[in-house]
Amino acid sequence: MAEIMFWEALRRAHDEELANDPLVIAMGEDIGMAGGTYKATKGLYEKYGPERVIDTPISENGFTGLAIGASFIGVRPIVEIMSVNFAWLALDQIANTAAKVRYMSGGQLEAPVVIRSPGGTAHQLGSQHSARMEKVFMGIAGLRVVTPSNPRQAYGLLKSAVRCNDPVFINEHELMYNMKGEVPDEEYFHPLEGSEVARPGKDVTLFGYNVSVHWCLQAAEVLAREYGIDAEVVDLFALNPLDRAGIRASASKTHRAVVVEEAEAPVGVGSEVMAILNEECFFELDAAPVRVTARNVPIPYNHTLEKAAIPNAKDVVAAVRKMFGK
Amino acid sequence: MNAADKKRLLREMLFARRFEERCYEAYVERKIGGFLHLYPGQEACVHGVMEAARPGHDYVITGYRDHIHAIKCGADPKAVMAELFAKETGSSKGRGGSMHIFDVENHFMGGYALVGGPFPLAAGMAKAIKMKGGDEIAICFLGDAANNQGTFHETLNMAALWKLPVLYVCENNLYGIGTRIDRSTAVIDQSKRVCGYDMPSAQADGQDIEKVMEAAKVAVDHVRGGNGPYFLELLTYRYRGHSMSDSNAYRAKEEEKEWGGRDPIIMLRDRLIEAGEMTKDDYKAMDTEVLDEIENEIIPFAESSPEPKLEELEKYVLAENDPYVLGGAH
Repeated sequence: MAEIMFWEALRRAHDEELANDPLVIAMGEDIGMAGGTYKATKGLYEKYGPERVIDTPISENGFTGLAIGASFIGVRPIVEIMSVNFAWLALDQIANTAAKVRYMSGGQLEAPVVIRSPGGTAHQLGSQHSARMEKVFMGIAGLRVVTPSNPRQAYGLLKSAVRCNDPVFINEHELMYNMKGEVPDEEYFHPLEGSEVARPGKDVTLFGYNVSVHWCLQAAEVLAREYGIDAEVVDLFALNPLDRAGIRASASKTHRAVVVEEAEAPVGVGSEVMAILNEECFFELDAAPVRVTARNVPIPYNHTLEKAAIPNAKDVVAAVRKMFGK
Repeated sequence: MNAADKKRLLREMLFARRFEERCYEAYVERKIGGFLHLYPGQEACVHGVMEAARPGHDYVITGYRDHIHAIKCGADPKAVMAELFAKETGSSKGRGGSMHIFDVENHFMGGYALVGGPFPLAAGMAKAIKMKGGDEIAICFLGDAANNQGTFHETLNMAALWKLPVLYVCENNLYGIGTRIDRSTAVIDQSKRVCGYDMPSAQADGQDIEKVMEAAKVAVDHVRGGNGPYFLELLTYRYRGHSMSDSNAYRAKEEEKEWGGRDPIIMLRDRLIEAGEMTKDDYKAMDTEVLDEIENEIIPFAESSPEPKLEELEKYVLAENDPYVLGGAH
């Protein structure tokens, strides 16, 4: 099992899928000749040509719609939206067309399109380049939403998303492309539904996804070492549908739950997970579940303010300590 | 075009008119719900263009005024009416409704309710056709008001840049919902608006089916010949309001009278009568036959069909048993 970077895992998945099926295409801004802002398609323009690795104009709704139309008749597009902030512009085609066409055609038509995009707060990119949009996408019926937390998931989720007959939105993170991790040497398809226990524990469950899984893991180390609290970390790599059974199983075992997300609290992953906890295992819980979220502000440019706006591992530790009165 | 073809087209257009008029009645009777956008007045547009194209072979997509486009592509009118009646036997199994008629088997890729939404979808279908090497073309029918959406500009740029086999047909009926084109649009002549994308275009009389066919043949030949996209503007008029909830109070009576005098069905009928190809009685008989078909076959089918099952409410949201959902259990 080789250790490779997140972007390399994505590049490998692109390469394998383009090689596997001549109707797979990749498209997006600067993904061709320039190799992609995050190198997810590096070298593939040279390998597969401009008809299949396509540099698009800066027309997000237009080229996303074009990809969806191509997917109606057999093409398998992988669309990169350079920053998730720009995905607002493509939301019309994603939500109104891709997600609904199977239903409103009575099952006649489907849109097997993959849309990948990095969200999250990076370093002082300002309000319009720091959005976390997973809360928007996960509420759309007919659209699968997954979000990798490591290179193995990035590789395997993209592979499965390309082959799956539903539209899939892959929520990546600006700061994770250079993260290293082990990826199987053999071909690997990651499930598009479910969750993974990233760290088993017995005292409290920390639910995270994408970047917040890492904050949870860091917090769990501190909690174990300094406070004797054995935290389980559950990685919610699938946000639509959410893994109700997995959420129930872990919370029913530890009897305590903290949901950690980089996005603002209202109408988010945390709200949804807490609702599921309420519906599935209210009487199993020994304490009210808690959310650790971003502050409800547009992300500021100032570095100190920016850091204060989003949560981190320390906030997770503090939330758990408060829950345990330690 | 020979007399037999002209008569066939006359019957098709007359059928389209009567079908839509019957929809109006069914809507008033509350058999049809939701929004209902009717096509009377514009019949020569889709019939003329598709006569020059290959219905059932070329991929067609349109907006929400879509019943007749589906039927011209080969959809069974019974299934279209059953869809309007929200029945399981409907073209979209009662899940779509008036604005979302689909008949994928006949390459009618659907009616879409977001104005301008189909522009990029059509270009995408053209991209797929090009990749697969087929001789189909994609044809997108939309109204003039759709040209004020961003998708028009974004897509025409890409379609021209990548020389995609797509024909854009603009059915210019002068109104975007209730706002006249000169109150919403800086450039009235829609065929000129594509100059910015270096795309060939033409404007034709959308009321005269022979003129539509003539212009469409040039357009279709251009696109099918591998020369990239084409934009065809057809000047037409809808005889009813935008939808059933539209009182149609915004239009001048003189304007309605003028366009009413250019009814595509009457124009073709009179031409056939003048040429001695049919009599007024033949036309009456044709009309009776059409009305009988609608009343005795289509409406009873829609009326008597079952509703979708409640337990299938969530069917068609996602693919069923897709192996990759579980990580490729294969």
